[in-house]
Amino acid sequence: MFRVSRKPAIDTTAKLVVVAVGMFAFVFVVMVPLYNVLCDALGINGKTSGQAYTAAQSGVDESREITIQFVATNNEGMPWEFGPGDRIMKVHPGAANTTIFHARNPLPEAMVAQAIPSVSPSRAAEYFHKTECFCFNQQPLDGETSAEMPLQFIIDRDLPRDIRTITLSYTLFDVTAMAGDAVATR
Amino acid sequence: MGDHAHGPAKGLSRWLFTTNHKDIGTMYLWFSFAMFILGGSFAMIIRAELFQPGMQLVEPGFFNQMTTLHGLVMVFGAIMPSFVGLANWMIPMMIGAPDMALPRMNNWSFWILPPAFLMLASTLFMEGGAPGFGWTFYAPLSTTYAPPSVTFFIFAIHILGLSSIMGSINIIATVMNMRAPGMSYMKMPLFVWTWLITAFLLVAVMPVLAGAVTMMLMDIHFGTSFFSAAGGGDPVLFQHIFWFFGHPEVYIIILPAFGVVSQIIPAFARKPLFGYDSMVYATAAIAFLSFIVWAHHMYTVGMPIAGELFFMYATMLIAVPTGVKVFNWVTTMWRGSLSFETPMLFCIGFLILFTIGGFTGLMLSIAPADFQYHDSYFVVAHFHYVMVAGAVFSMSAAVYYWLPKWCGRMYNETMGKTHFWISFIGFNITFFPQHFVGLAGMPRRIPDYALQFADFNMMSSIGAFIYGASQILFLYNVVATIVSGKPVSDDKVWDGAEGLEWTVPTPAPYHTFEVPPKIDPAHAHT
Repeated sequence: MFRVSRKPAIDTTAKLVVVAVGMFAFVFVVMVPLYNVLCDALGINGKTSGQAYTAAQSGVDESREITIQFVATNNEGMPWEFGPGDRIMKVHPGAANTTIFHARNPLPEAMVAQAIPSVSPSRAAEYFHKTECFCFNQQPLDGETSAEMPLQFIIDRDLPRDIRTITLSYTLFDVTAMAGDAVATR
Repeated sequence: MGDHAHGPAKGLSRWLFTTNHKDIGTMYLWFSFAMFILGGSFAMIIRAELFQPGMQLVEPGFFNQMTTLHGLVMVFGAIMPSFVGLANWMIPMMIGAPDMALPRMNNWSFWILPPAFLMLASTLFMEGGAPGFGWTFYAPLSTTYAPPSVTFFIFAIHILGLSSIMGSINIIATVMNMRAPGMSYMKMPLFVWTWLITAFLLVAVMPVLAGAVTMMLMDIHFGTSFFSAAGGGDPVLFQHIFWFFGHPEVYIIILPAFGVVSQIIPAFARKPLFGYDSMVYATAAIAFLSFIVWAHHMYTVGMPIAGELFFMYATMLIAVPTGVKVFNWVTTMWRGSLSFETPMLFCIGFLILFTIGGFTGLMLSIAPADFQYHDSYFVVAHFHYVMVAGAVFSMSAAVYYWLPKWCGRMYNETMGKTHFWISFIGFNITFFPQHFVGLAGMPRRIPDYALQFADFNMMSSIGAFIYGASQILFLYNVVATIVSGKPVSDDKVWDGAEGLEWTVPTPAPYHTFEVPPKIDPAHAHT
């Protein structure tokens, strides 16, 4: 057994200090990344991937039609007008689809927003592939201007057959204060 | 020896600079009792407000501060330091060691506690008030929406976490290195065993708590987004980290209580503890399981069904080693020559009420049922049955049991028994009705409630005042014993008591076991 000190009590203490420091580090270097990786990989909490989807889909599954519902919510204190261009779309798995979200900044000053997606049922999150999304980046808007923000997505052909309706919800956060920091990962 | 000092130093410096495990244990015990009174008075304000429906006495914001501080002060200020104090007093005397392994660190781990709680209590007088986000301080309530005083709260948690880590390292170093020759691990008294395992839990999870509050600090002041969805973080992450600490924490609180009960029941049943080995293994099993059940506190956050099932079954599994323990205590009493002095009464009270708390815990572990019970008064009733009737009752038992050894005077038995019965009745009047209002849908942490809960809440409040008042009797009894109790001179204060602590003179001299005692190799565990 490795010994730090010839005094047994000091030896035990030194090892336990290493354990305590290690557990403190464990929170930051293991728990946080592991949580994010697991949520991304398993779609827990309805999280969709923060990266654009690039893999090719082999053909369109015309045998079934999936109803996609879009929901837009403003986080507390966010003054923008924010809403989906289409409230409902009917799509085939494997097909590439495009829609837009409207946003308008009613205040005189420029602001930066960040949209956070969530998919329900959460089981569907890993089958909801976005090839382009305004939620990948922070969205700046000058005062009293509006914008149309694009969203392109593909529903995976492997989507479980019992899922017929998917709801994609965006919550819009005001990140003007933290804009410029490289904190947004999705 | 020559001019080597044997007695304590004089005056205030004795307490400030002491490295004596008995002095430090005494300070821990008195400090924790002071915190018990402080946290108890917060509870009295809560129950006074809830005496009748409608807003009666305090503002809703202040009510939230009371529930928050009541939880924090009781968990971190009263229960945990009281058992650390007991460990300081008893572990060296139980294993035949002259003192703790790291006496100077021992002094530090106590003396950083009072400033931490002074800081926490001072937030009550700050602009924006004290933290009001519950003792579980879920983000974003404790980050985005927190009062400015949250920074002081974070610093206080850091300090008391450091104190706990130092205290537990000291206990592990003492138990592993300073046992008298011949005292193998499986001969240690069960209180020493449960504390050894508790100390390992503390070293493992207090840094996790420190990590959680550090992340809060960084989110609030340094622009990170660990718990902020806008920046790519996730508030649910906070709950996972908190309960990864929080569930082992509840066993940190209850395992030393198990140890106390395992010492006292054999003494008053006049039989050795039944199933010593299984007690040790059950304790270790509970400690291991405590790391893999944390998400049963958060069934309603939206977990995958596989997660709910895993955490449900793992949680139910804990009932097995806990059942082993309850079985062993009952079997120790079976056909024993029982007598019912105050410590034994508190242990039997513990046994009955803790088991009720265990059963309600089993109810809460059932994920589909928990959706109904979650954040209701049923949960409040459950954890007070295990925290108060579990930890606090066993602590009262410990004080009555060892007080004659500590100060060489006998407490007033009639007053002790009166304390027990008032506590037992007051406790049940307080918390038993809370099961009913909880199942009927009364949420926890609210200052007002629907009219149909009025009668049970009034009962609860009356019970709480009775229970609170009984603690004043306890304080009086202890002080009266120390000042003018009937002197006892027998080494073995209780005829059925076993263990090395009963081989030293009464009252225990300032230094004990400067020469290690001889352990009879044929003698079983003590």
